[in-house]
Amino acid sequence: MAKLSRRSFLRGSLQGAMVGMGLPLLNCFLNDSGKAMAATGQRIPVRFGTWIWGCGHIPELWVPEQTGREYVMPAHLQPIERYREKLALLSGFDVKLDGVPNKPHVTGCFGLRTGIPVPDRQVKAPTFDVLIADAIADTRFRSVEVCSAGIQRSYSYRDAGSPNPSETSPLALYQRLFGEGFQNPNNATFTPDPNYMVHKSVLSAVQEERQALMRAVGAEDRQRLDEYFTSVRELEQKLALQLQPPAPVQNFLLPNSPNEAAVDSEISNVLENHRIMAGLLARALQCNQTKVFNVLFSDTASNLRRPGVSSTHHTLTHEEPVDPKLGHQREVAWFAQQSMLAWRDFLDAIDGIPEGDGTLLDNCLVLAHSDCSIAKSHAVEGIPAMIAGAAGGRIRTGFHLAGNADPITRIGLTVQQAMGLPVASWGGLSMETNRTITELLV
Amino acid sequence: MITKRLFIIPFVLLSVISGCGDYGSRDALSEPEPVGGPPLLRRLTDSQYHATVADIFGSDVPVVARFGRALRSDGLISVGTGEAGISPFSLEQYDSAARGVADYILAAERRDKYLSCAPENVSEFDENCATDFVKKYGEKLFRRPLSDAQIARYVDAVKQGSAHLGDFYAGLKYGLVGLMTAPEFTFRIERVDQDSNGVRQLDAYSKATRLSYFLTNSTPDQELLRAAKDGELDTPSGVEVQVRRLQSSDKFELAVRAFFTDMLEFDLFDDLAKDSEIYPAFNSKVAADAQEQTLRTITYQLLERHGDYRDLFTTRETFLTRALGVVYRLPVPSRSGWEKTEFPIESGRAGIQTHVSFLGLHSHPGRSSPTLRGAAIREVFLCQEVPDPPPDVDFSAIDDPEGNPMPTARDRLWAHNSQAACAGCHKIMDPPGFALENFDGLGSWRQLENGAEIDASGSLDGLDFSKPSEFGVALSQHSETPRCLAEKMYRFAVGRDTVWYERSYMDYLIAKFEEHNYRVPELMRTIALSKNFFAIAAHQEHIAELADRSE
Repeated sequence: MAKLSRRSFLRGSLQGAMVGMGLPLLNCFLNDSGKAMAATGQRIPVRFGTWIWGCGHIPELWVPEQTGREYVMPAHLQPIERYREKLALLSGFDVKLDGVPNKPHVTGCFGLRTGIPVPDRQVKAPTFDVLIADAIADTRFRSVEVCSAGIQRSYSYRDAGSPNPSETSPLALYQRLFGEGFQNPNNATFTPDPNYMVHKSVLSAVQEERQALMRAVGAEDRQRLDEYFTSVRELEQKLALQLQPPAPVQNFLLPNSPNEAAVDSEISNVLENHRIMAGLLARALQCNQTKVFNVLFSDTASNLRRPGVSSTHHTLTHEEPVDPKLGHQREVAWFAQQSMLAWRDFLDAIDGIPEGDGTLLDNCLVLAHSDCSIAKSHAVEGIPAMIAGAAGGRIRTGFHLAGNADPITRIGLTVQQAMGLPVASWGGLSMETNRTITELLV
Repeated sequence: MITKRLFIIPFVLLSVISGCGDYGSRDALSEPEPVGGPPLLRRLTDSQYHATVADIFGSDVPVVARFGRALRSDGLISVGTGEAGISPFSLEQYDSAARGVADYILAAERRDKYLSCAPENVSEFDENCATDFVKKYGEKLFRRPLSDAQIARYVDAVKQGSAHLGDFYAGLKYGLVGLMTAPEFTFRIERVDQDSNGVRQLDAYSKATRLSYFLTNSTPDQELLRAAKDGELDTPSGVEVQVRRLQSSDKFELAVRAFFTDMLEFDLFDDLAKDSEIYPAFNSKVAADAQEQTLRTITYQLLERHGDYRDLFTTRETFLTRALGVVYRLPVPSRSGWEKTEFPIESGRAGIQTHVSFLGLHSHPGRSSPTLRGAAIREVFLCQEVPDPPPDVDFSAIDDPEGNPMPTARDRLWAHNSQAACAGCHKIMDPPGFALENFDGLGSWRQLENGAEIDASGSLDGLDFSKPSEFGVALSQHSETPRCLAEKMYRFAVGRDTVWYERSYMDYLIAKFEEHNYRVPELMRTIALSKNFFAIAAHQEHIAELADRSE
């Protein structure tokens, strides 16, 4: 799992603990395609992330009437018009329930992310971000989970018993990413801290009891113990990374620590915390602290609210009458539009960082999606989704594709394939598919 | 239609279980043959982790970690601990907590307190001293003596650390970090052996651990580990001595608090937000005090007064701070701290279900929710499962809550009940929810909603009430109320859901609970002294053995 080749290369070529790192990394080091750095032979990594917003969309304000490249962005997509070339809109893909009771705001989201709809949070397979992290993570953090709506939950699960919790406070996120243990890639000198080595070796000692413990417990608990030891090994690998000089990163600026902020579901706080956390995440991606992330802008049963209003986004979806003139719920539409404004903020943060001959976004594959299409009826048919970024040249964007009620697992399958996973078919029962969305792959 | 079936089934089952409590001629007050469950691998809860570190190293030792949201299963985090895994994030937290503890206790000014030896030369490894340290704290942390291989392993880690860092205490630090990152510490790993009759049961140290976390919410103390070592926990009289000792210690109250914190779902306060314009009185102090108020009321009623559990739903006695006084609109003369007081009769308030910790927790950020409250009454206090709403509800009959046609929640939900798919569950949830509608989304009293008089009358499974305090009486008289408590307490004790084969054991617990006039400490004692508490189900072991052989 540890692909340390580029780091080993650096270490091998520079020999020794105290290493001068004063060279500015110039664009002229990039080769012709801009994808690889000639100076070190290091390729710019491809990152994967998801961005979730709750309570779906207003179809007539979100789904373009045309497919293909020449489509007109409806009102709610207007905020992201400037990213149209870097986006692939995916509408009309369904979660097929196969008789599984539809737990509102949960079944659709996990169906999309695990390929198997479940009537609760007891997932039957890992979410695809975990599978992708297993394949590509060789960074300090296997993945980073963030929620801007004050809820510690995430939709990133290895199994039902161990979801990855979300950071909810910008300050806590900053401290985790850039506090203790962070090594600035552009520091002039690097001195490995011997504490890391000792710490790492004691974690190896912890794992020596593994066999004896595995024999002592039943089959199900064996799986949980195994997961525990996997986490210990990851921590060990993380410490191993600390013993090597970090690869230099061009244009990297250490972000400032954010202030203590109000963390709750009031929309202006949520938007502000989201902007700050997106900025921190972008910097962390840039300097290889993680390659995988999951952002929960609002929970799937969105608790977003306006100050002084007794209803939340979610309760409004059920209670607000349809405005006869507009033909939809006015307040719900307002929240749906805010979600797209936030998505634009997120893209601004990721696309705002130059990398290689493009931007950080060009080296990312970000899948944005919701949990349902029409929240009022909890419909899991036509859950809105879109892909941003080119995944380092592996993904094609700039079009709208209508799924025609195909299983939504086609999206999960395709993103895994784009991230280099050797998976030919994915999902369960009616959701099982081997049909890659070929339009997306270069 | 699925929904309707779903809600009917639990009721049919309930009536079977509660209606025919007496199986055959067995005396309900004598314990049936033990059934037991599988040996468990249980993750320490947050509060157990803190209590354990405090008991081993002292209550001044800081634990800096965010362990993440606990997993709740079958209504309890205690049951979730038997299913929860540890994500890389959680392990990071355990690791950083361990380093914090190690740095603190091995600081130059403190380490003599924790070590009975010192190296001649600080920069050199001292094998005897390291071995002492590893054996002493290893046994406390792993809740059983370390094997020779484990001792050698951690002593070697100290040796490596001393050599690389040129400091014996730095080596000890990482030895301790290792012990505290090991699954033998972060999980309670239950082991099995056989009693003299060949019946499978927990081994002595696993018994000590189960007893200790059940009755003190913390790690076994020196005396309990000694009793385990000397075989005293393998005899009923030896167990009885320890149960009596633990129940009469100060720590017993912490176990009662841990149980009710879990049962009342106070972990949800972590994510609780209220709109500050609608509820300006709400803040983090109110949130913290609200939980403490209820826990104080409970321990006062159950422990200090040694009262009947069912009276928790009718008692007006409580404890308040000034911050809470604002919400309850009651004067609290003490400037700071807690004051024992009583809700006035005219306040309409009685019972823990009329506390802010219940009313505010089970509401929306900007208004009350009879549905959330009703579902919580059913699930938390009556152990009745309320199915999820159907996915395709037509809400068109319901107007804006600020609008005129349907000013109260009852009006709005009545519109729901005209739809067959909704009516089934709402008939279950709404009556207890409506009973509490005189309390707004934070818990303050109100007579009107949108200018209309609130009607808080109704019937709880045949027990009629006309106002919130009468609802408390109905809840206290409901036959499922004590049964549910006994069931949850047992699940809390053993860390798993009950199984079908344990139904006569449950009848036994409930009969004993009734015999003891619904005194909770007696219920806990009955559980701790029962054969079923330590029993291991035969078939479970069989499954584990089969799995072993197939490897």
